[in-house]
Amino acid sequence: MAFQILLNIGIALIWMLLRNEFSGVEFMLGYIVGLAMLFLLRRFLKFDFYFRRVIAMFKLIGLFIYKLILSNIDVIKIVLSPKMDITPGIIAVPTKLKTDWEVTLLATLISLTPGTLSMDFSEDGKTIFVHSIHVPDKDEAIKEIHDSFEKAILEVTE
Amino acid sequence: MTEIVISIFLLIGGGLSLLGSIGIIRFPDVYGRLHAATKSATLGVISIMIGVFLYFLILEGIFVGKVLLTILFVFLTAPLAGFMISRSAYRVGAELSDKSIQDDLEKEMKKSGKKATTK
Repeated sequence: MAFQILLNIGIALIWMLLRNEFSGVEFMLGYIVGLAMLFLLRRFLKFDFYFRRVIAMFKLIGLFIYKLILSNIDVIKIVLSPKMDITPGIIAVPTKLKTDWEVTLLATLISLTPGTLSMDFSEDGKTIFVHSIHVPDKDEAIKEIHDSFEKAILEVTE
Repeated sequence: MTEIVISIFLLIGGGLSLLGSIGIIRFPDVYGRLHAATKSATLGVISIMIGVFLYFLILEGIFVGKVLLTILFVFLTAPLAGFMISRSAYRVGAELSDKSIQDDLEKEMKKSGKKATTK
């Protein structure tokens, strides 16, 4: 992936030299041309076309922001309700992500989703302990974590 | 028109910060309070920063990159702070509120031999 980005930047620099104009706009133009070249030649590259991952990353950021807004609405509802109608507790969420930074990213995402806050990892890093304010809905929450977040993270990293 | 949009962003940010503060008072235990603190504060600060960014960009014509960096760092640090505070709170034995109905972490702590020093 790093090699492809470097190649892409190299193509952009050559483009600037060929056009004999050195500005940010020309660089972007060259970058886009390089991107198109890499896209067309993707079958001959040893690795996957890297921009697919970049798109997946933007999707992940979008998901992040969307969940953050939802969780804020959730917290506001609880804060403003006259009787605090909560059933808090700590639940264990198993994860199949492997590397440290994937699990860290997942824990961060969990913290920003409605009603959940990651608290601790197990020794082997396979389980995240999550403080939830609606424990009766925990199956739904765990399913959501597995279906949307883990999948989105895997799309970026694998 | 742009001023109205900027004002809306600033008001949302201020309102969320206020609600987050009320939440910190109203929740029964440390962990519940962290819910209010991490979530509302994050979006509140981000919203205010977007307002500031738009103000400088549209009305003053200056692109302030630092403000965008602030958003990134708040995004990265708020969940991390929440995580570290709740983790250390559990380890020094801060009790869950009476309403709590489940505690999976207790078993894990016993298994790994590190007992929570509850009072």
